[in-house]
Amino acid sequence: METITPQHFLILAFLLFSIGFLGVIIRRNLLLVLMSLELMLNGVNVALVSFSRTSLNLDGSLFVFFIMTVAATEVAVGLALLVALYKRRKSVFSEDTALLKN
Amino acid sequence: MNTVDLLFYLFATLAVGGGILMVISRHPVSAALFMIISLVSVAALFVLLEAFFLAILQVLVYAGAVMVLFLFIIMLLDVGPDGGKVSRIKLITGFAGCVSVSILIILLLQLFGTSIGDNSSWPAIENSQYVNGDSLLFATSVKNFGYGLFTKYMLPLQVAGFLLLAAMVGVIVLSKKSLPTEGR
Repeated sequence: METITPQHFLILAFLLFSIGFLGVIIRRNLLLVLMSLELMLNGVNVALVSFSRTSLNLDGSLFVFFIMTVAATEVAVGLALLVALYKRRKSVFSEDTALLKN
Repeated sequence: MNTVDLLFYLFATLAVGGGILMVISRHPVSAALFMIISLVSVAALFVLLEAFFLAILQVLVYAGAVMVLFLFIIMLLDVGPDGGKVSRIKLITGFAGCVSVSILIILLLQLFGTSIGDNSSWPAIENSQYVNGDSLLFATSVKNFGYGLFTKYMLPLQVAGFLLLAAMVGVIVLSKKSLPTEGR
């Protein structure tokens, strides 16, 4: 860890977060939206571990553990909702879920 | 440029490239595979940050369980290629691109604004020993991780376990075939 500074890891984390955000907004396939959410959470995890390593503080790493738990839960529930949606509407695209405005 | 730098740039490129290819890929299955590349690269970066336990968890939970679940659902629903469709309204797509890029720029400006000159000194980190009186010291062993989880973070750990139970019950209820007597 001589020349690689925490800034490098933070820039990577920002890039991952921005790419994930872009995917959440522009993709219409809800599966891809869920995957992009995972990418955003991964960016946050990289930032947290980097801060934790830099400040020699274990709390950030422990938070990453809880973020992973919540992300796994979120994916399980989101995919179950997606399957339920597919049963009713035969589609996984977000614009087909617009009930109020067609 | 030593080995650590080389490994960092290799895995950072793989992580960002996998993410970009995931967002723009046409087929959901290839998107999931690019996502696996990205997640495994992030696990390798955790190894570079000496968070070995989190790297193992990243491979097991994300690249293992979560992405297998994704692939399972993709193949269950038999989702074909959608041609990389983006939102139909061009305004929304352009707006999303602008917001995403501006988030990146703001974060980078914030980062470089706080660290002009000395690269490795941040005020928040220098003061961290005063801010957190009884903070847990960073360690690579799983033992310290478990100690932190079962002492300082006992309540959040229980809440996380309860969250998993609630999610399991919720998923079973959601994916259960509704009985004919229930009606809608």
